[in-house]
Amino acid sequence: MNDPLPPLQPAWRRYPALYAALWRNSVTREMQFKANFLLWIVVEALWFALQLGFMSVVYGHTESIAGWNRWQVILLVGCSHLIQQVFTAFFLTNISDLSEHIRTGRLDFMLLLPVNTRFLISFRKVDLGAFVNAASALAVVIWALRHLGHTPGALEVVAFLGLCVAGLIIHYSLMFLLSSAAFWIVRAQGVVWGYYNLFNIARIPESAVPQGLFRRVFTLVLPMLLVSNVPAQTLLGTLRSPWHPLLLLGLSVVCFAVSEWVWRQSLRRYSSASA
Amino acid sequence: MDKYLQVFLIGIQNTLVYRVNFLFRAAVALIPLTGTLYLWKAVYAGKAEGSDVAGYALSQMISYYLLTTVVDAFTAVAEDDWQIAADIKDGHISQFLIRPINYLGYRFSLYLSGRSIYTVVALLPVGLFVFYLREHFVWPASPVAAAAFVVSVFCAGLLQFLIACTMALLAFWVVDVSTFIFIQFAFEYIASGHLFPIDILPRWAAQILMLTPYPYLLYFPAGVYLGRVTGPDLWRGLSIQMAWVIGGFLLLRWVWSRGIRRYSAVGG
Repeated sequence: MNDPLPPLQPAWRRYPALYAALWRNSVTREMQFKANFLLWIVVEALWFALQLGFMSVVYGHTESIAGWNRWQVILLVGCSHLIQQVFTAFFLTNISDLSEHIRTGRLDFMLLLPVNTRFLISFRKVDLGAFVNAASALAVVIWALRHLGHTPGALEVVAFLGLCVAGLIIHYSLMFLLSSAAFWIVRAQGVVWGYYNLFNIARIPESAVPQGLFRRVFTLVLPMLLVSNVPAQTLLGTLRSPWHPLLLLGLSVVCFAVSEWVWRQSLRRYSSASA
Repeated sequence: MDKYLQVFLIGIQNTLVYRVNFLFRAAVALIPLTGTLYLWKAVYAGKAEGSDVAGYALSQMISYYLLTTVVDAFTAVAEDDWQIAADIKDGHISQFLIRPINYLGYRFSLYLSGRSIYTVVALLPVGLFVFYLREHFVWPASPVAAAAFVVSVFCAGLLQFLIACTMALLAFWVVDVSTFIFIQFAFEYIASGHLFPIDILPRWAAQILMLTPYPYLLYFPAGVYLGRVTGPDLWRGLSIQMAWVIGGFLLLRWVWSRGIRRYSAVGG
């Protein structure tokens, strides 16, 4: 009489298939609003141009800032934008939707699905426009390298990409951490806004920040001063200390672990919002 | 007039709910500001002792950014534009059209209440920040500058509200106004002098920007305070600022009357 439920496929086959389906949904959704899709690309490109413009204006009045010349800083801004746009492509809307899931009670439904809830929350949608902006950021990085006449070796490029991923994990973990706070303060609208303000300092040369509390906090606790600076310096070959890449890698692991711990604690305290 | 006072008082009570949110906002906004100030300090450190950038000594540059932060706390729109757009989209303005109250006047009362609470809450973190940087903070250039600063901040607030409101009314024509608001905001970010004082730009670029209303939101009030705008220029600037306020008001009224004719109360 009762058909037994089909056995679940092993996780290594189930999750890629699931993610592919989520991608298909995202592409369909984005293509429904083409004008909006294009306008968002314009908005992000405009803000990127603004940041580059700001640095150009500053360099109109000086040759060097804390040991960085004009093209090195343009590379840094490009690098920062690259990581931020890849983060936007995969995670930004998903994580900022978390407080909405809690408020509307959709989280209850997600918790019941036979899939890791954090996976589902983190990877639900893909922002395709952000890939276009990530590509333009990469183009700026390459453009800056050409102006500097610097050709990084294969090892440097691989290290750069690896460190960008570490930076991405830090963006992801800190944003997830901010959003998990939504369990305590339902309707944490300020999360995205807070994220943009925090990561704003990622594009200033770390050597411009003097020793002190600010530097220590944003290097060791919330490592915004490392996320773009270390990959950029790796590519430029201007690393001040071999410890910085290791520190960045280590902190990406720590940030991820902390965000997972807070997430589990939050779930334990969760008692549904609407039902 | 009494009914708008009541809206203002209700707005005060409603925004008081968000006081922690406001405190968080005001404090977090100081992080990128600190970053920008370190960047400028590094610029000045790389130059010869006592040299300036486009006429700004280091303490004037730092004071400029602190002043824009203060003016911004007094005048910036927080959620007003999003709320107006949502009211139009969801058909909520219908209830205002059939009542003896002017919707724009209602929004202005709410804007005033929101700003009053925000300014009081932001006073703590911003005040501490200014105190921390007190050796770089300069006082108003003269009593006249101080008085003119107050007037220009008031006008900047009016202008800020008018611009945000007009942008939000685009919701009468388009479904999603957020991209338009963000594009406008990006332009405002540079042209108002939020990112840097616009007279460090090449002269022609600064002159073009001065033809728009945006510099009168932050750059002009800060320039008045620092004594960079004096004499006939001061009076001329104040007159232009007031002209923009009047122009903005007329534009808003016009857009509103056009929009209301198109309005079909979707979901209302």
